[in-house]
Amino acid sequence: MSPYTKYFFRKFIWYFLTIVIAISLNFFLPRFIKGNPVTVIIAKLGQGMMDADTQKKLYEAFMREFGLDKPIIVQYFIYLKNIVQGNLGTSFGLYPRSVASILRSAIPWTIALQLPAILVGWILGNVLGAFAAYKKGLFDKTIFPAALFVSSIPFFALSIVLLYVFALNLGWFPIGGGYSYQMIPNLSLKFISSVLRHYTLPFLSIVIVMIGGQALGMRSMSIYELNTDYVLYSKLMGIRESKIIFYVFRNAMLPQITGLALSIGTMVSGALITEIVFNYPGIGTWMFTAIRQLDFPLISGCTLLITIAVLLANFTIEIIYGLIDPRIKSAQLEES
Amino acid sequence: MRNTFRILVKSPKFLIGFFILGIILIFVFIYPLMNRNDPLEMVGTCFEEPTSEYVLGTDNFGRDVLLELAYGARNSLYIGLIAGLVATFIGLVLGIASGYIGGLMDNIIITITNIFIVIPSFIVLILISVSISSRSSIIIAVIIALTSWPWTARAVRSQTLSLRNREHVNIAKISGYTTLKIMVLEIFPYIASYIMMAFILQISSGILSEAAISILGLGPLNTITLGIMMNWAMLFEAPAAGAWWAFIPPTILIAIIVSSLFFMNTGMDEIFNPKIRS
Repeated sequence: MSPYTKYFFRKFIWYFLTIVIAISLNFFLPRFIKGNPVTVIIAKLGQGMMDADTQKKLYEAFMREFGLDKPIIVQYFIYLKNIVQGNLGTSFGLYPRSVASILRSAIPWTIALQLPAILVGWILGNVLGAFAAYKKGLFDKTIFPAALFVSSIPFFALSIVLLYVFALNLGWFPIGGGYSYQMIPNLSLKFISSVLRHYTLPFLSIVIVMIGGQALGMRSMSIYELNTDYVLYSKLMGIRESKIIFYVFRNAMLPQITGLALSIGTMVSGALITEIVFNYPGIGTWMFTAIRQLDFPLISGCTLLITIAVLLANFTIEIIYGLIDPRIKSAQLEES
Repeated sequence: MRNTFRILVKSPKFLIGFFILGIILIFVFIYPLMNRNDPLEMVGTCFEEPTSEYVLGTDNFGRDVLLELAYGARNSLYIGLIAGLVATFIGLVLGIASGYIGGLMDNIIITITNIFIVIPSFIVLILISVSISSRSSIIIAVIIALTSWPWTARAVRSQTLSLRNREHVNIAKISGYTTLKIMVLEIFPYIASYIMMAFILQISSGILSEAAISILGLGPLNTITLGIMMNWAMLFEAPAAGAWWAFIPPTILIAIIVSSLFFMNTGMDEIFNPKIRS
């Protein structure tokens, strides 16, 4: 087996185990703390405004769905089977809609918002950081404190400030939602432009915070690389400046990729709150609604989906990392 | 100790952070003494604009926002502090044990740590706080700590690994010190400055986590924190009502608190690691 295949399989098994543990946490945590989920659900519903008939229907539906007359281990396997079949139960808040159908409608919004925002922020941040480290002087002196301040601002704080300034005060952008309420989703130019207008602020608030943190990391990595012996040696050898910068950039990138893998969970969590602030029709806003209505199946569906998405993103990054890092090619498989 | 402090005072970043945090602490502890009203008392109607009497207006329940802010910031800081203490302690114990003892212990701890680094802690936090019914400030703080220790554990472990074969550790081993004694007397003092930095970061991440779950509506019950104020503002659609005073002040205050802690941390980092000074 080539070192890379070995690396791939090791990572694959590792992430597979982690996903199993994450799914188990999703199943066992609420149950161990509170016991039977249906009694909890019914108790919570009892405080609500549902009539007895609906309650009874729900109770029966849930008993069936969770197989609650069976021991907990059997319930766990029923849960696993349901997940594999894409069945995440029925929502309370929007009864009788299924959780899977709600999530399906929210996923495109969340992915379309977060994936480009995180990537764009990451790339811009790295380029800016490397540039600041290389240029030094005034450019560095302005970028560094700005990045330091921006990266310490929580995601939601920047979202709220942007919302206030650009949507409420200046009125340049709408204050929330995914598209204008008067419109029915279609492929017309007018609808697309409405979507883009609603997209701008949440997108910007994720990108800006990303840039700050990444620029800081890249700057200090690049400063470290620029002081190494190989840079001095290459300079003395008379190698072209642009080539040296390319080497420096490539070496400084590696820890940044690992950093992206490690912090993607935090970023996604932060971006979910950005969705709530802008009332964006993605997973975050649904989770907010679900928590407000004590819609446990929907909450559990959201947490499961987010965890699996974050783990898959991590796995993808590590696989790409394996292709780029020459040390893995030369079979040094051990992590530091 | 005094020496460390003298060095810290020389770092402008640390000083700026320390100074800003000091101002916030003074506001948080002195203002409630000057204004002895109950922060939960309704003094006006919904979203009243700022006046000379209520400098930041009223929130959706008609309460004095400025007074709420003082109590909210105090509770947020308190939760962050407890969460930071517990998380740093767990991370420290696991990190040193895993790094110094090694072997099977190390394997088990590092596997658990790595798993909980990739599983988003925010999600675990939601899962736990959704399931418990008695959410007091202290319980929320402990839950936050239980989900945020892996970073510290991992960092402490790698620091410990670099120390475990030093001469003074070997001498202690030959002199018959117990493992516990070596970990406390020979390893801990060498990473103490590092722990201090981790602690400050944990406080700020604790404050952020509290704010994040409170915005979702899963924060501590029967109290005010900055996150809970933001949750109220979101629930009662303060942005749509144009009531900036209900959500901008808590947001800015959280950002300032977190930034000041971050600046303190960066200042300390530059002092303890001269390598990264440019």
